[in-house]
Amino acid sequence: MTVTETCLPSAFAEYEKFAQKWCLATEPERWAARLATPMPEIRQFYDAFTPRFEEAIDYCDKFPLDDVPEDALNLLHLVYSMIMVSMAVEVFGTQKPADSADAVMHRVSAPVP
Amino acid sequence: MAKWPKPAEGSWTEHYPQLGTGPVSFRDSISPEFYELEREAVFKRAWLNVARVEELPRVGSYLTKEIDAAKTSVIVVKGRDQQIRAFYNICRHRGNKLVWNDFPNEEVKGTCRQFTCKYHGWRYDLKGDLTFVQQEGEFFGLDSAQYGLKPVNCDIWNGFIFINFDPEPRQTLREFLGPMITALDDYPFELMTERYEFAAQNNSNWKIFADAFQEYYHVPSLHSQQVPSEVRQPNQTFECGHFQIDGPHRLVSTAGTRRWLMAPEYMYPVERVTRSGLVGPWRTPETHQSAGLNPGGIEPWGITNFQIFPNLEILIYHGWYLLYRYWPTSHNTHKFEAYNAFHPARTVHERIEHEVASVVLKEFALQDAGMLGGTQAALEYDVVDDFPLSDQEILVRHLHKVAVDWVEEYENERRPVGV
Repeated sequence: MTVTETCLPSAFAEYEKFAQKWCLATEPERWAARLATPMPEIRQFYDAFTPRFEEAIDYCDKFPLDDVPEDALNLLHLVYSMIMVSMAVEVFGTQKPADSADAVMHRVSAPVP
Repeated sequence: MAKWPKPAEGSWTEHYPQLGTGPVSFRDSISPEFYELEREAVFKRAWLNVARVEELPRVGSYLTKEIDAAKTSVIVVKGRDQQIRAFYNICRHRGNKLVWNDFPNEEVKGTCRQFTCKYHGWRYDLKGDLTFVQQEGEFFGLDSAQYGLKPVNCDIWNGFIFINFDPEPRQTLREFLGPMITALDDYPFELMTERYEFAAQNNSNWKIFADAFQEYYHVPSLHSQQVPSEVRQPNQTFECGHFQIDGPHRLVSTAGTRRWLMAPEYMYPVERVTRSGLVGPWRTPETHQSAGLNPGGIEPWGITNFQIFPNLEILIYHGWYLLYRYWPTSHNTHKFEAYNAFHPARTVHERIEHEVASVVLKEFALQDAGMLGGTQAALEYDVVDDFPLSDQEILVRHLHKVAVDWVEEYENERRPVGV
């Protein structure tokens, strides 16, 4: 994918700049991105997406679950990343859950998309 | 100020006098010797849940489970007669591990017509019968009927597949589960097939980890973040509505306000936007409520958490459930398996709700896992061994007592008569 290519529905074009980093299809990728991204950068994405979070969900929800077009699917993955970083921003204020120390937990399966 | 009435004896703990009220020992969780006994007395005698029937949908569907506590591997497979059977994962010819893919110690699943040993090509059908021996004429009076796979007792309760390593289990699965658990006979677990699965290696004894999920006394302290900081009370308490014990099994029910009735400030923005969160999707499909689901008659009912001895926990919410299994790998480590199970999403919105609940589960389970490594390390100082437990921690008291009781019973049976 080149940087000029668009991934998201045109109504959400303002988030193209986050797509490359945060349109991630799986939880292990989203978890890794959260842990690898400093809080200020996480917050940039969170703050930018917050005003249209609900609208983005409603947009994706217009499609049947087994037939989500590619651009909406990318938007859905962005929604999933928003959920992931909401934990860091709203709940803990840190990338990692408080007191989780060296504990690791792998999501080994989940439905698609 | 008790919010929920306690039994006539004055406490849940005294309602079950065999538990006592004194401080308890956790030496059962730091002793390698106790663990060795526990393997024999508990994990080779109790019924162990390894899967659900939905994981073996077709004839020939199989999976393997590595069960370290029993130092063994098991194949679970659905036969042509639709019956699910379990076998030790070993070829009867030269003892090779029969079913594995890339590495012998990794669990696998799939579908096959028969099992073929990688080593010399012996084949077994789905009932475990030996069906093919390479160069059979070279053997000496080989009676292939005597060389089928070695079976493991296997039975099913409400779609949950259990195995038992005891060649002659002392109880049938139903007897073992008892009336408190089988009161869920008609709970429609089979409808909740959309699963988000997790696995972890934790640095604590399996019981120490289970303890964190059978009391809620720790919630305001360790999981203070479950309530937004603006409305967090510094001396928040948590009181469960109902505790119950039946044989080696336990349950606890808590009340729960329907989320959409709560003031918005009690929820995080992500919860309000997605209408899902800590206790799962706010609204779920109507799901039959078994008589056994809320035996304490708690209103408004929130969750009931069933702890099925030794290592299975099923936490039932409104219209979805969460399952944990704790598989010991040594006296101070265990493999943790967990999944959320929902009615299959009908819309993208419902799928998003499931995602939120599954993200939140991991956040708070990681807090438990992180802290319990510290608990285990400190217990292993072995300088303190009288730990006071509150009435809210009755189930912790019960789990450790049952584990010790089973080990004592095992030792008593082995002790020579008259000594």
